[in-house]
Amino acid sequence: MSACDDCLRRTDLIAAMSGHLQVEFKRRSAPGNVLALPDEILLEIADAPAVRTRYAAFDPHAARARATEVALTVICRCDSAYPTRLSDLEDPPAVIHVLGDPSTLQHEDALAVVGARRASSYGLEVARALGRALSAAGVTVVSGLALGVDSAAHAGALKAKGPTIGVLAGSAHVAYPARGWLLHQAVAQRGAVISELPPGAACQRWCFIARNRIIAALGAATIVVQATRNSGSLTTADFAAELGRAVGAVPGLVTSSLSAGTHGLIQQGAPLIRNPADALELLANITGRQYKAQPPAPQLTKKLRQLLEAIEAGKGTLGELATTPADARLALVALDELERLGLIRRGFGGRWERTAGVRS
Amino acid sequence: MLARIATFAVDGVDARRVWVEADIRQGLPAFTVVGLADKAVREARERVRAAMINSGYEFPLRRITVNLAPAYLRKVGPAFDLPLAVALLVASYQLEPEHVDDCAVIGELSLTGAVRAVRGALAVAEGARRAELKRLVLPRAVAREAALVPDIDIVGIESLQQLVETVRGDHAPPAMPDEPPEHGEEDAELSDVRGHNGLIPGLEVAAAGGHNLFLQGPPGTGKTMIARRLPSILPPLSREEALEVTRIQSIAGLRGAAAGLVTTRPFRAPHHTISAAGLVGGGNPPQPGEATLAHRGVLFLDELSEFARPSLESLRQPLEDGRVTIVRGQQVMAFPTSFMLVAASNPCPCGLGDARCQCAPGDILRHRRRLSGPLLDRMDILMRVERPPSDALRRQVAPKSATVRERVVAARERQLHRLHGQPETCNAQLTSLQLRELGRVKPAALQLLGELYDLHTLSARGHTRILRVARTVADLDGCETVEPDHVSVAASLRFDDARELAEAA
Repeated sequence: MSACDDCLRRTDLIAAMSGHLQVEFKRRSAPGNVLALPDEILLEIADAPAVRTRYAAFDPHAARARATEVALTVICRCDSAYPTRLSDLEDPPAVIHVLGDPSTLQHEDALAVVGARRASSYGLEVARALGRALSAAGVTVVSGLALGVDSAAHAGALKAKGPTIGVLAGSAHVAYPARGWLLHQAVAQRGAVISELPPGAACQRWCFIARNRIIAALGAATIVVQATRNSGSLTTADFAAELGRAVGAVPGLVTSSLSAGTHGLIQQGAPLIRNPADALELLANITGRQYKAQPPAPQLTKKLRQLLEAIEAGKGTLGELATTPADARLALVALDELERLGLIRRGFGGRWERTAGVRS
Repeated sequence: MLARIATFAVDGVDARRVWVEADIRQGLPAFTVVGLADKAVREARERVRAAMINSGYEFPLRRITVNLAPAYLRKVGPAFDLPLAVALLVASYQLEPEHVDDCAVIGELSLTGAVRAVRGALAVAEGARRAELKRLVLPRAVAREAALVPDIDIVGIESLQQLVETVRGDHAPPAMPDEPPEHGEEDAELSDVRGHNGLIPGLEVAAAGGHNLFLQGPPGTGKTMIARRLPSILPPLSREEALEVTRIQSIAGLRGAAAGLVTTRPFRAPHHTISAAGLVGGGNPPQPGEATLAHRGVLFLDELSEFARPSLESLRQPLEDGRVTIVRGQQVMAFPTSFMLVAASNPCPCGLGDARCQCAPGDILRHRRRLSGPLLDRMDILMRVERPPSDALRRQVAPKSATVRERVVAARERQLHRLHGQPETCNAQLTSLQLRELGRVKPAALQLLGELYDLHTLSARGHTRILRVARTVADLDGCETVEPDHVSVAASLRFDDARELAEAA
């Protein structure tokens, strides 16, 4: 696993002219139009002596040393370890910097799960459940380590045994956002955190869009959990569609702006993802492999089923679930049983909520 | 001549003996008070002079020196007026010294010679008994409170003149004030609560084990109403507890005149703007705070997220140790603070905390972060309180306080029996070691607890908390051993603050 001098030089060039590229992105609208350009044209775009000097004086050994120093593995597109999925892009990253285990990137069974940063508790719950179930079925969960849905998907995946890949816009060894450092660490340990830009590169707005194309390319399909009409997650879906990859969407409340983007996707024909089984089916259709199904739904007693149905209907407090103290006493025992079965969880504000995981 | 009279200074929640020494000798007329006396004590000179003259006694026009011993103890307040006046009467030969032998005197004087009530009568009477004094002379208004202490002759007087006549034996001591009428401050009744029947078992458990309770819910759903009714289902105060509570309330000046023993458990609900000193005690000289006023009762913190961080942090020691030590200058004071903590809060800034909530995740996180911390770590039970629907309001009436209290008392008795010979009195105070040794937890219950520990990624403290509550649930069921069922109930009531790794915001 290594990177050739040319690819490293190109990566350094992109990092050096990160600011110029932000302007160029606005002009050319699509990132592919910019990142696919050869070095010479990029240098012309930058049109800055400092960039040219740096390009001419580039020292690949120093670049490799800088990456090794922060425990990053560099893999360039000329290397055999370079993920084949990324080569599908018309503008594949010249070099990817990997924190963690690079072999994770070769997994065929990978799904991207992305969504809004300002997600609702429903969105977080669905993302968590998807992450967990996919991971349990041996599928690699690819996401962007951002707040909200991304983090929830990673966290869900970590709860089961499968690997997960986080794609960052900036350097792979620096947690972004900083408060997610714990998750960043855990993902790097379980799978990999990767980035296109070398350590120390300035992170511009275009980097996040460019990052989304890597997420879309690494997943065999992309699932959008919650997205507003202008959400960045929709760019991931667009990239996936351009690559000819499937895009699935999780429905939400029609009254919520967080559903506008996902419902838009469904309207355009994206398959409906209601639960992990739907996601696995989508993946199975692409790879042609079978994924082991969900653990069978547990057989519930009549009492537990009634209680579960009440919670599904939106009742979430003892006051709502029981009418007499004696009832409440019984409900307390039953609630613990349901919680242990993973059917409900104590959610926001102490209310009991139905989990999105196991179907009954 | 020299005269010496015993009196008492309130120090924290105790009274310490102070000698008032008066010396009258030839010289230019002067009146000096020494012995670490504060302004109110030095002003006593004027009150004593006027009161003596207006009561028909002579005020000695010579050089008067009064010393308050021990000199290191700070003397505060007007309660030294009366002993000072008596000391002067003795020193000026207007009263025989033997009349005030073995006698402590305390009280404030008005210029007319009338005697006003003072704070801390019970503590003073206890101090007098400890000092093996035979008689305590104090304002009649607080005589009934002092009379709660046995083996000491309580003389309640209304004026300086009456005092002199009584100690001389000219008159029989005045009669005790009348028994105060049954005061209307009845405990709020649990059956006033409507539409919250589902919460009753949780309240019962909290009361039975003395567990700290956290009520979360939108505004106006009845969190405060429920909390106010907790004292009515807690076991009645024992005689010793009642004396403790009476002493504290008397020192804090919360008691009406002529009130006897406190019979109801205190319920304190400080406003959220309270300072740390107000909450746990402080000031100079140190005064008891709300935590001490709630001793043996309930401390209710409404709108927990609005309290200042330092105030809440200051509750750590009181919660852990059942007492708080205040150091001010040269004074160190310990106040008892064993209370049940009940906190209430909105689940999020907008207060709705359900699907209708429009709060941004960041706001919710900030809100929760204000709540989190060492205080939440000591919350044993979390219950969500929701607005009851209209038919529940009509139909659901909570059981009577007395009914619930009966069960709570039975459960407490089991605990006391189990904890015989230990300082702890209820399950909430048990350490994990005690739980292991005395808890009698069935292996199956322990196994279930282990399962929960892994499933919910509990902390060690969270693990112990569930076990403590489970022990109480078993006690309420009249069960000697803790069964898996009890652990299940405790788990459903648990306050779970273990965050998901990426509780995204």
